[in-house]
Amino acid sequence: MSELLNSPVWRDLFVNNADQIPWYAEFVRSLLRFVIALAGGLGSVPILVWLERRLLGFWQGRLGPNRVGPFGLLQPLADALKLMMKEDITPTNVDKTLYYLAPAIALVPVICSLTVLPWNSSSDWGAVAPHLNVGILFLLAVASIEVYGVILAGWSSNNKYSLLGGLRASSQVISYELGMGLSIIAVLLMTGTLAMQELVHSQTIATNVPIPDSNYSVWTQSVSAGFWNWNIFKLFPFGLVAAVVYMISMIAETNRAPFDLPEAETELVAGFHTEYTSFKFAMFFMGEYANMMIVSAICVTLFLGGYTAPWGILGQLPASWTFFPSSVLNFVNHVVIAPAWLFIKLYTLISFFILVRASQPRLRYDMLMHFGWKVLLPTALANVVLVATSMALQQLFGAVGHFIAVGIAGCLATIVLWVAYLHWKARKSGDEASRLPIRRESVVRAIAARMPVED
Amino acid sequence: MTLQALLSGQGLMFLFFAVAAIASGLLVVILQNPLRAALSLVINLFSVAGLYLSLNAYFLATVQVIVYAGAIMVLFLFVIMLLNMGQANLNTSYRGVRTIIAFSSAIGFGGLMSAVALKGQPDVMLPADAMVTGSSAGSVEGIGKVLYNPNLPWLFAFEWTSFLLLVAVIGAVVLAGKRQQPSEDKA
Repeated sequence: MSELLNSPVWRDLFVNNADQIPWYAEFVRSLLRFVIALAGGLGSVPILVWLERRLLGFWQGRLGPNRVGPFGLLQPLADALKLMMKEDITPTNVDKTLYYLAPAIALVPVICSLTVLPWNSSSDWGAVAPHLNVGILFLLAVASIEVYGVILAGWSSNNKYSLLGGLRASSQVISYELGMGLSIIAVLLMTGTLAMQELVHSQTIATNVPIPDSNYSVWTQSVSAGFWNWNIFKLFPFGLVAAVVYMISMIAETNRAPFDLPEAETELVAGFHTEYTSFKFAMFFMGEYANMMIVSAICVTLFLGGYTAPWGILGQLPASWTFFPSSVLNFVNHVVIAPAWLFIKLYTLISFFILVRASQPRLRYDMLMHFGWKVLLPTALANVVLVATSMALQQLFGAVGHFIAVGIAGCLATIVLWVAYLHWKARKSGDEASRLPIRRESVVRAIAARMPVED
Repeated sequence: MTLQALLSGQGLMFLFFAVAAIASGLLVVILQNPLRAALSLVINLFSVAGLYLSLNAYFLATVQVIVYAGAIMVLFLFVIMLLNMGQANLNTSYRGVRTIIAFSSAIGFGGLMSAVALKGQPDVMLPADAMVTGSSAGSVEGIGKVLYNPNLPWLFAFEWTSFLLLVAVIGAVVLAGKRQQPSEDKA
């Protein structure tokens, strides 16, 4: 055993630093990290499906799937089998190339975005690509090409409901991407970095552990400093506003209820995947759930401290347990506890979104666009400006500067709400006086225009 | 570029993306179906982003994907899909004018390329403090330090570009905004 552990190949693969290993070892490491990410990412899709159906059942006073396996845990497996066994139908007049390509385009970006998600603070093993220093921009880039899968599926199906669903989905995703990007910019302003690992470090007490004999001078190890250091609580109302904007746009981005207009059954059959069956449908389905998981994971990383515990001592075994060798302590801290916290936060967040789905009715399409462009986007934009103002004032006046910025924000919010109230009141009184008769009259005219004229 | 330089990791990357960029660029022009031509353009933009990556310009590559592939091309696809443009709509009008434009722009581009090839080195010299080297070259920090440096000429250009974009945004709002409807009721 010790012979194996000291062999040069083993040391290259698992022990030495990334800049001291031959290229094949780096390749194997990348592959291993990617397998870990895939197992965590796509492996949690069935769990997610099960969780969603059970929780929906619970909140709607039903049982949910509870027959296959203990608590119905094997139900997703049975569903997957069913999907694969079904006949794979290709409609006659579809654009074949694009029709086959679309599910793949929907799934691949989701898997790509797994690569920058950090799951512990190790500089070699903490993510698939732990040294990518434009991590969050990469995520935005990948998120912006996800929409192609939906558009192409809708267009190539040669079906007007599919096309409408695809168009709706893409315009919705593009609109809410703006709010999402702006809320991310607020976080970037607060933390001053684009790298995902450093985003987590900035929410914790990061200690630099020197790495001997290496070009990478330090390994930044982060220990939780308590949940009050998370970005959601940073610069108090501004971090929270950014988080809320992100969460709302994230639901819209994944086309989930109450923003699931692309799949509104009452209007569009099943939206862009109406014409898809069997495994191609399964790919859309998988992509959607994996996407939901990944945007939640990004939310956890950006706003909720990533893989760190809400309180320092919960994140690691006590250092006084010296009867374990330090390698075992390290292993448990970084390989078991850190990812466990990531998953706990992730599933809590996802359960919250399932609750939103269970409790909120679907929006109308114009309401959705109205909300995205006229409420969410200005809020996020004002938030970015206020974060910048607060930081600039803090450089001038110290901590007092933040309160000045909060005061400005309060004045702004009051004015906006007051104007909105005046508008609402004017519209309400105007409704009875002038708008209704005109509307009725125009309806009558429209009907009259269609009636056959009898002379 | 020597053969040896081409066979290094970076050179292979360059070869791959250059071939992909040229091939997809040709497809944009050749393909008859407008949707497929637009998709080839997406591939072309990705290849150019790959070329940026092989030059260590990570920021430029990601921004290229976000802005062009993610936003602008999606709007292209929107228009193509909404108008349901088929092959018939394309080849009917302005045949002669299009041929003239195509030839003249091909000649112009060819002349530009050959001028660059004959000249070899660009004679634009960067000031010393604009040279960002080491790991920060091409990163966000590097770009920011060059772009916002008041001693360099690019801050002015940057601000004026953003001003131009603002004008475009306001113009779009004005054009798309509600017109004053002539009152048709009270007849």
